[in-house]
Amino acid sequence: MSIIALDSVSKSFGALKVADAITFEVRAGEALGIIGPNGAGKSSLFNLITGNLAADSGSIRFLDEDVTRQSAMQRCLKGIGRSFQIPQPFGKMTVFENLLVAAAFGQGRSERAVAMQAAEILERTGLLGRANVLADSLSLLERKRLELARALATDPKLLLLDEIAGGLTEGECGQLVRTIRDIHANGTTIIWIEHVLHALTSVVERLLVLDFGKVIGIGEPASIMASPQVREIYLGIEV
Amino acid sequence: MNWIDTIVQGVLLGGLYALFASGLSLVFGIMRLVNLAHGDLIVLGAYLILLIVSLLGLSPFVAAMVALPLMFALGYGLQKFVLNRVLGEDILPPLLVTFGISIVVQNALLQGASADTQRLPAGDIGVASLNLGIVNIGVLPLLTFGSAVGVILILNHVFYRTALGRAFRATSDDATTASLMGIRPRAVFAQATGIAMMIVTIAALYLGLRASFDPAVGPARLIYAFEAVIIGGLGSLWGTLAGGVIIGLAQTIGAAINPEWQILAGHVAFLLVLLVKPRGLFPRAFD
Repeated sequence: MSIIALDSVSKSFGALKVADAITFEVRAGEALGIIGPNGAGKSSLFNLITGNLAADSGSIRFLDEDVTRQSAMQRCLKGIGRSFQIPQPFGKMTVFENLLVAAAFGQGRSERAVAMQAAEILERTGLLGRANVLADSLSLLERKRLELARALATDPKLLLLDEIAGGLTEGECGQLVRTIRDIHANGTTIIWIEHVLHALTSVVERLLVLDFGKVIGIGEPASIMASPQVREIYLGIEV
Repeated sequence: MNWIDTIVQGVLLGGLYALFASGLSLVFGIMRLVNLAHGDLIVLGAYLILLIVSLLGLSPFVAAMVALPLMFALGYGLQKFVLNRVLGEDILPPLLVTFGISIVVQNALLQGASADTQRLPAGDIGVASLNLGIVNIGVLPLLTFGSAVGVILILNHVFYRTALGRAFRATSDDATTASLMGIRPRAVFAQATGIAMMIVTIAALYLGLRASFDPAVGPARLIYAFEAVIIGGLGSLWGTLAGGVIIGLAQTIGAAINPEWQILAGHVAFLLVLLVKPRGLFPRAFD
C-alpha cells in the first residue's frame, strides 16, 4: 500500500518550473532517496509535500486521503515530519523545549503525555546530554541531530530528510546514518534528499532522480546509477 | 521636598506604566506587531469597566473581572479577523491598520460617551494610605505596582512553563517552522492578542481609578508604554517593568522640581537611556 502518492504535481514561479508533472508513489515502510543537481527542485518537492508550497496542479494523497489543499499544520498532524537542509531550531529555547513543542503540538497531545517520549528521542539521537542547552549554542552535528529529533518528535509516519548528512565529517555521517537506519527499521517511511551518495544508498531501497523539476528516473539504486541519462545529468559524466 | 517620598511615588507610578506597556511588549515580542491603537484600547477598556459599574452597580474591581473575558474576546477577534490578514513581510500594512483602529476607537468613544472626562469610583481605597514613618504610601499606587509585578510573574510563568508559552516562543522565533511542528501561528497570534487585551483591562482599571480619562487620552498612554518597552529592550518583560519605573521616576522627580517638567522629564530620561544603550537595558538577545 502506498503511504504517499503524487500525481502530476506541478509548481512554477513565473517561468521557472520547480515541479513539472511529478508522479511517484512510496510504499509504507519504504525508504526512497532523491538525488539531482542543485536547483533541480528537490527542496521544493519537499515543500509541496509538507504544504509549505501550494501545488499549481496535480494531487497529493497521503494515507489514501487527498491532502493537496491542506495546510502544513494539518499535514504535520496527519503524520508528515520534516528536517531542514539548513537546521532551523528554535534558538532561544532549550533542546528539550524544542522537542516538547514538536511532540506536544505535532501529535496534538499534552506536554506531560509526551515528555518521556521526547526524552527517549533525545537519547536515540545522542542529544540527552545537551537537553538543557539553548539550541543556538549547538554545533553543526548537534543541530542536524536536533533537526532529526524534532522531526521524529512529531511522531511521523512519513519522515522527510533534507540533506541531513551534508557538511558532516565521515565519522559524524556514519553515526547519523546508523540512527536513520534504526528509525527506518522501526517502520517509519523515509524520503531522503542527499548529495552524500554512499550514506543514501546504505539506507534507501529506491532512488528517484530529479532534474529541472522532472522525474527522470526511479528504481533500484544500482540500475539508476548505471543509467546513462542519470550519469550524464547528475554526475556530469559524458557517455 | 521629601526625596524618599518622591522616589517611592515614582517607582509606584512606574507600575502603572509597566501595565500600559506589558500588553504592547507581549504582542511585539511574539508577532513583531506594533499596535498603534494600544493606548486607545486601554481607554476603551476603562469605558467598558465604567459601563459595567454604572449598569450593574458593581465595584470597579469586580467590573474589571467581568470585563476581562470580554476584552480577551475582543483581542482574539481583532487579531483573527483584522490583524492576521495584514501581518507579513511588509511592516507598513499592520501599522496603518492599527493607526486606523486608533482613530475609529477614539471617534466611536467620542460619539458614544461624549468628550466629558470620566473617572472610575475608587471609594475608600482611593484615599487610603499606609504610614511607614518616613513615607506615606497610597494603597492604590501600591496595588497598581503589585498588579504590574503579578502580571509579569504570570506572563513569565506562561512563557517558560506552559505549552502555550512554548508555542508563543517557537512562533516568535520562526512561524514557518512552527507550522511544521503542528502549531497554527494565526491561532497563537490570536491568543496572544487576547491575553494582551486582558492586561490592557487591568491597566485600564488603574488608569480609571487613579486619574480622569476622556476619549482623547489614549495616544499619550501609548507613548509612555512605548518608552517603557524600548527602555526595557523590546520584548523583555522584566525590562518593561524597569522601563516603566524609569519613566515613572523621571516624571515624579521632574514634577517635584517643577510641576511643568513632569512629562518632559519622562521623555528626556527615555532619550538619555537610548543615548547610552540604544538597544535598551535588556535587549532580547540576552533574554
